[in-house]
Amino acid sequence: MEIWDGHCHLSGYAGTPDERVGKLVALADRMGVDRLCIFMGANFHYDPTPEEMRAANDEVLDGLRNWHHHAFGFVYLNPNHLDASLAEFARCVEQGPMVAIKLWVAQHCDSPDVDAIVTRAAAAKAPIFQHTWQKITGNLPGESTAEELARLAARHPEATFICGHAGGDWENGIRAIRPHANVYADLGGGDPTAGFTEMAVRELGAERVIFGSDIPGRSYASQLAKVYGAQITEEAKRLIFSENLKRLLTPILKLKGVPVY
Amino acid sequence: MTQELIDTNVYIGPWPTRRVPGDDSAALTEMLRGHGVTQAWAGSFDSLLHKDIAGVNARLAQACAASGGLLVPFGAINPALPQWEDDVRRCAEEHRMPGIRLHPNYHGYALDDPRFTALLQAAADRKLLVQIAITMEDERMMHPLMQVPHVDVLPLPDLLAVHPGLRVVLLNAFRGVPMPLVQRLAETKQVCFDLAWLEGAAGLEVLKKQIPLERVLFGSYAPLFYFASSWLKLAESPLSETERAALMCNNAAGLLAAP
Ligand SMILES: [Zn+2]
Repeated sequence: MEIWDGHCHLSGYAGTPDERVGKLVALADRMGVDRLCIFMGANFHYDPTPEEMRAANDEVLDGLRNWHHHAFGFVYLNPNHLDASLAEFARCVEQGPMVAIKLWVAQHCDSPDVDAIVTRAAAAKAPIFQHTWQKITGNLPGESTAEELARLAARHPEATFICGHAGGDWENGIRAIRPHANVYADLGGGDPTAGFTEMAVRELGAERVIFGSDIPGRSYASQLAKVYGAQITEEAKRLIFSENLKRLLTPILKLKGVPVY
Repeated sequence: MTQELIDTNVYIGPWPTRRVPGDDSAALTEMLRGHGVTQAWAGSFDSLLHKDIAGVNARLAQACAASGGLLVPFGAINPALPQWEDDVRRCAEEHRMPGIRLHPNYHGYALDDPRFTALLQAAADRKLLVQIAITMEDERMMHPLMQVPHVDVLPLPDLLAVHPGLRVVLLNAFRGVPMPLVQRLAETKQVCFDLAWLEGAAGLEVLKKQIPLERVLFGSYAPLFYFASSWLKLAESPLSETERAALMCNNAAGLLAAP
């Protein structure tokens, strides 16, 4: 079964970005994963300055250079530096090889600061991957929940969103995004708790569920298990493992002349 | 001959806040058999919150007896309950259990508590293997009425020095026990760890540079975790045939055979 991984990072490995992507690709090959979406650099900054944002994206651009069509980049932006973010979007996506946006924990995603980014993303057919986690132990100051993403998505029906970690507290997160057909659930980054994928498929439909691993912080084993181990149809597994992400990225990949099979 | 697979970390019964596939013991047995498990060490999720621990253990023994030899019961002991010593006796004498499974964080005692010292003594006297579950759920995901810390095992190395014959297995340990302490515990040669909560890319390849693989056991934490998670960890890291066999069965079998 073809597998596209919608959630990979360059942190945790030593070496140049090219070497680090090489290590991710080698591990992916070992585990039968065909394509990787990579975002953020070796160091994760909660609220990156424009310089830190550019440095993180430079690492990804550098890492992608020798792995064309095998690895895709998502540009890391910070709504607290809107002008710099839009310039970075132009550099990395509109004029560069990257295909989507990553927003993390700098700013709550239902803030009006995010609207300009979403509008530009939609025009470029770039999906937006928004980290979400609702923690009973307390969120980071700018950390978004799935409910906040639902509010943003309601304002922008023309844009496409991926709800990172399906809200973390996925039993909550899946419910929050359910009414918004333009929001997809990322399975990556949490524990391989049984029933997660089954609930996502039941409530959202398999067409709105996307495999992501969050490697190298997580293991491929625990993340692939969420799909391989789920009591869902083979057709649903095919959608989750590759077809959905491929469908989301096809418009922008076509614009960039990347062949999609 | 087919390869034996001993799963040292399964539970029967429903998780308190969620139903999952395989949370009745017949379905669990069938699922484990389907994955090639030849023996599974089972505790009971009922033991987390129930006060009638003797009843929980009797039901566990019954479920294991009905599994055709696949499930091996590890009874619960809560040393905060009156007469817990009799639960130890019943586990050993009546149910013939090879070990016990403790949940100090759910039962509200720390490992420097004198009751825990007495419990270790009782386990050592009866040659029971002691499993301690460190973490049952990511602390960020817990039900607001059931927020439970990881078990702090810092007192354990000193306690084990008193009982050189005692063998301890820490279940779900790799989120809650810092690596330097994992290494210190591994050095005692009295403590093993199951791999259900091992995370990170090529986790076993990384882990075997930190502790000897003879200290590591296969454990799935099924049915709360997808069984495939631990199973695929054996594929994610390059392992020799000897290492694979040690993880899959030899290390665990050695614990039950220990004098
Ligand atoms: Zn991530």
